[in-house]
Amino acid sequence: MKNHISNTAALSFSLLSGLIFGIGLILAGMANPAKVLAFLDVSGWWDPSLGLVMAGAIGIGLIAFAIAKRRRHSYLGFSIQLPTNRVIDKRLVLGSMAFGVGWGLAGICPAPAFVLLGAGSGKGFIFVVAMVIGMGIYELLEHHRKPAGK
Amino acid sequence: MLIDWNHFTPWTALAGGVLIGTASAIFVLFNGRIAGITGILGGLFKPRRRDIGWRLAFITGLMIAPLAWLLFAPLPAIEINASNALLAAAGLIVGIGTRYASGCTSGHGVCGISRLSPRSIIATLAFMATGVLTVYVARHVLGV
Repeated sequence: MKNHISNTAALSFSLLSGLIFGIGLILAGMANPAKVLAFLDVSGWWDPSLGLVMAGAIGIGLIAFAIAKRRRHSYLGFSIQLPTNRVIDKRLVLGSMAFGVGWGLAGICPAPAFVLLGAGSGKGFIFVVAMVIGMGIYELLEHHRKPAGK
Repeated sequence: MLIDWNHFTPWTALAGGVLIGTASAIFVLFNGRIAGITGILGGLFKPRRRDIGWRLAFITGLMIAPLAWLLFAPLPAIEINASNALLAAAGLIVGIGTRYASGCTSGHGVCGISRLSPRSIIATLAFMATGVLTVYVARHVLGV
């Protein structure tokens, strides 16, 4: 079976998934950083809308991943690759906590950042560039942490 | 806690969430992968030849979403009040944090919770908590 998803059908479904994901973010209001911050501002004028975004997404996701867990291969014949790591460690918790701080400062998380970029937002562009540099810094730190070739 | 009923948009939020869930469903059921933006983008830092196309295709899909939207309706308001310096700092922190956490709102918050992964539930609680705390400190303590 195919482990590499690289043919035309796979690329088309990737593009379609990204497109539907992005349209969902716009419709949901998640592409508007002010609305995201209003959701995080529980002690001010709280806008609970994004809780319903999570509810809607997880409602569909629960069904999809229940099906995916029972299958070894996707409908296109690729192996289904679900994360196997089950370790709850400092990297997970501190990394998530740091992400939350950045999210709370700008109201932008990685997926909406690309929607903002596509919408031609200069501020979205700045965020995406900084985010990619941040990911590059992670790669450098990790490269130094582990011996080469490991 | 005071609910801002004027800006509360339950139906578009729910419908948008259903689309996000549908996109994640299509991605895992057809391509066999998690629709986590951190993982999709992070994989491009150590590119394997047959692995680049689908990652770029997904990100391209996200980027053309506003253009597709514009074919039918004007885009909803996008309000970014943060200064460029603050956005750059926030972007850096998000980039480093999400990679250490191996996921963000999409990978952990949507796909991970949907898989009932304890790691993702912890991650989501952690970034929600510090997100709320950060906004609290910025708005109500520092008054930014």
